[in-house]
Amino acid sequence: MTRFETATPVDFVVIGAGAAGGVVAKELSTAGFKVVVLEQGPYLRAEDFEHDELKKKRIWSPPYIGQDVLTNDHSLQPNTFRKTAKDKAVLAPAVQYGRCVGGGSVHFTANYWRFHEIDFIERSRWGPIEGTGFADWPITYADLEPYYTKAEWDLGISGLAGASPFDPPRSKPYPLPPLPVKSSGVLMDRGAQKLGWHSFPAPLAILSQPYRGREACHHCGYCIFFGCEWGAKSSTLASVIPMAEETGRCEVRTGCYVRKISTDKGGRVDGAVYFDSQRQEQFQKAKAVVLCANGAETPRLLLLSKSNLFPDGLANSNGLVGKYLMFDCDSGASGIFEHSLNEYKSVVVTRVIHDFYDSDPKRGFYGGGGMDARLEAYPVEYALFSMPPGTPKWGAGFKRSLQEHYNRQLMILTHLTTLPLESNTITLDPEVKDAWGLPAMRVTYKNHPDDLKNMAFFSDRALELLDAAGAQKKWAIEPQESTASVHLMGTCRMGNDPKTSVVDKYHRAHDVPNLFIVDGSSFVTSGRNQPTCTIQALAYRASDYIARMAKSGVIG
Amino acid sequence: MENAKRHDGVLQRQGDSANDTSSRTPNDMILLRFHRPRPPVDQDSSSRRQFVIRSLSGIGSAWLTLHWPAILAARDHAHAAAQADAQVALQFLSPEQAIEIEAAAAQIIPSDETPGAREARVVYFIDRALVTFEGDKQPAYTRGLKDLENRTKSLFPQAGKFSSLSRVQQVQLLETIEMTEFFELLRVHTIIGFLARPEYGGNHGEVGWKLIGFENKGVYSPPFGYYDTETVKGK
Repeated sequence: MTRFETATPVDFVVIGAGAAGGVVAKELSTAGFKVVVLEQGPYLRAEDFEHDELKKKRIWSPPYIGQDVLTNDHSLQPNTFRKTAKDKAVLAPAVQYGRCVGGGSVHFTANYWRFHEIDFIERSRWGPIEGTGFADWPITYADLEPYYTKAEWDLGISGLAGASPFDPPRSKPYPLPPLPVKSSGVLMDRGAQKLGWHSFPAPLAILSQPYRGREACHHCGYCIFFGCEWGAKSSTLASVIPMAEETGRCEVRTGCYVRKISTDKGGRVDGAVYFDSQRQEQFQKAKAVVLCANGAETPRLLLLSKSNLFPDGLANSNGLVGKYLMFDCDSGASGIFEHSLNEYKSVVVTRVIHDFYDSDPKRGFYGGGGMDARLEAYPVEYALFSMPPGTPKWGAGFKRSLQEHYNRQLMILTHLTTLPLESNTITLDPEVKDAWGLPAMRVTYKNHPDDLKNMAFFSDRALELLDAAGAQKKWAIEPQESTASVHLMGTCRMGNDPKTSVVDKYHRAHDVPNLFIVDGSSFVTSGRNQPTCTIQALAYRASDYIARMAKSGVIG
Repeated sequence: MENAKRHDGVLQRQGDSANDTSSRTPNDMILLRFHRPRPPVDQDSSSRRQFVIRSLSGIGSAWLTLHWPAILAARDHAHAAAQADAQVALQFLSPEQAIEIEAAAAQIIPSDETPGAREARVVYFIDRALVTFEGDKQPAYTRGLKDLENRTKSLFPQAGKFSSLSRVQQVQLLETIEMTEFFELLRVHTIIGFLARPEYGGNHGEVGWKLIGFENKGVYSPPFGYYDTETVKGK
């Protein structure tokens, strides 16, 4: 196993071994650079991934058992939350992210949607939206397409090219065929057909067949919020991180909690200061830093990295670090069907609908999205949180409903646009500290009214679809303001203008020539809230340019 | 009643004493059930699992791929078998308290044509939870049980104990505490104990999973449900 000295500068320190960091580590190490990846979480192996519902934690359910090893622990890393800057922020878990080697790619649903062409140019197409930071990206779909393809082939994505009439152009088909359809998918097909919509096999970061020495999916069903002991889920842990380590030029150092990106007198970064697993402070020297800590921790770390030269935090001369945070927006509806669906088996989703992906002025608001069908509830979670409305909470009626409905229920979940607002932010809490004594993250978040209108619109579409699919009973998930999120986007947005963005189109910080920021924080707009595919395509693209710059001596 | 010597030398009663038809009162029988000897140190699922994986680490991955589903199935079967024999001693609740908790849990998920919280041994799950991951809830249980007793005495002075009320009376009494923190705690714990992995002490014989149709095979092949089966057949 490769080990580097902290005192000898490596070519790159990558902060965060997640969806983006894993890709960057692999790309830079295979390009010949020496890379140290600092990851705050553990390095989990197959035997750590248990089929135990009580060990999984979801931010929106009351935590009814101890901490899950896969995600951030709010008892160690609390955050505060408020809706607006006028409110007093209170302790309330608002962000959940993967906190282990592989990051969120270990436990995610594995929906792997490319952005469409419109996602990069929506501001030009739609026009301005008052009071928002709605903007075009500095890159187009065509710029990113080769890297979407690279991501799909490198990581192992299953899907069917051309199956959706709304799909953007692609240079290559998926490397693997779609996973077998589940009952939820068949019902979605039936409903869509009746309504004239177009369902298609879900592109998934899960192997439908063995691929590059990795196992195919065994349909165990412990998928979302679980790690895959087969390595069939195409997390960076299962796919590219081993490739990085095989180069002999990449060290993944775990249990390392970075507290500051250090800068020299010239205003260039020279490494990362972190607490190791014994909470001893260490300083890893590096010629350049790639920050991949996710859309919430990335801005927090930049704000923590204050110095005389950067009094408001690193890369923050324009004050935009942490602003334009975009949370998940979703809505949907659930229904009961006549026969058993057995949704607890296999992958979470097998069909997707993109008929309402684009925004449409006729709707009277900005917003679009996609939908899938799932139950997404293991037995305990189902009984506590997901039963049909009106079900008695205990007694014979409760038991009957549990027995009758668990296997016959599904949800149409819709994944929606989120407008970027300057007032939605990650900042440092002035009072609360984390377990390392560092200022805790403060989240300020309130949806734009169009986000809520879009949620209502999509709940109605979900009800329509359930109806068309033959649901016996159905109910909508009522639109609610977002107070917590697992998708963290937009806090160090990319752009050509250093006054209105934090990084350039190659993910280089406008203020710091040898600092690169690559993760959900780079997003200018939200896409349709299935960000992992684009985070990883951006990571491939950024790595390509970073490697070229480093080789040509531009970074230094 | 037959006693048998376990491999670890602990004397253990065979079978479930709740089914014992000897001349004891129902409450005595339940008390007896709660007076079991302590088991050997519980082998938790993860260490067992790690053992399985580590002991196989020298074997080629192709072999593992071929046999892994069978290994998993065998492991789960071994778990279930171990669970069936597990004799559990109470660690927090007194036998008297356990009877009351079991009676209340049995109204939350009643036993009818199918097993309920009682058969799932939810009370053992709760007892174990209260000395492990729900340790901070001990005072809530102590207070809640006291409150249950007081309410029983004031509503049904003849009865004395919640567990000796009729089913209708028990429901009537629980309805008076439905909105309390204790009842919600008990409700949530009962549900978790009914449906969580049997290693946690409840869901005995996987009765909770069987009720809802959750197979727990660990590995499945398509088709998975009615509608995809129908589609496959239609082709």
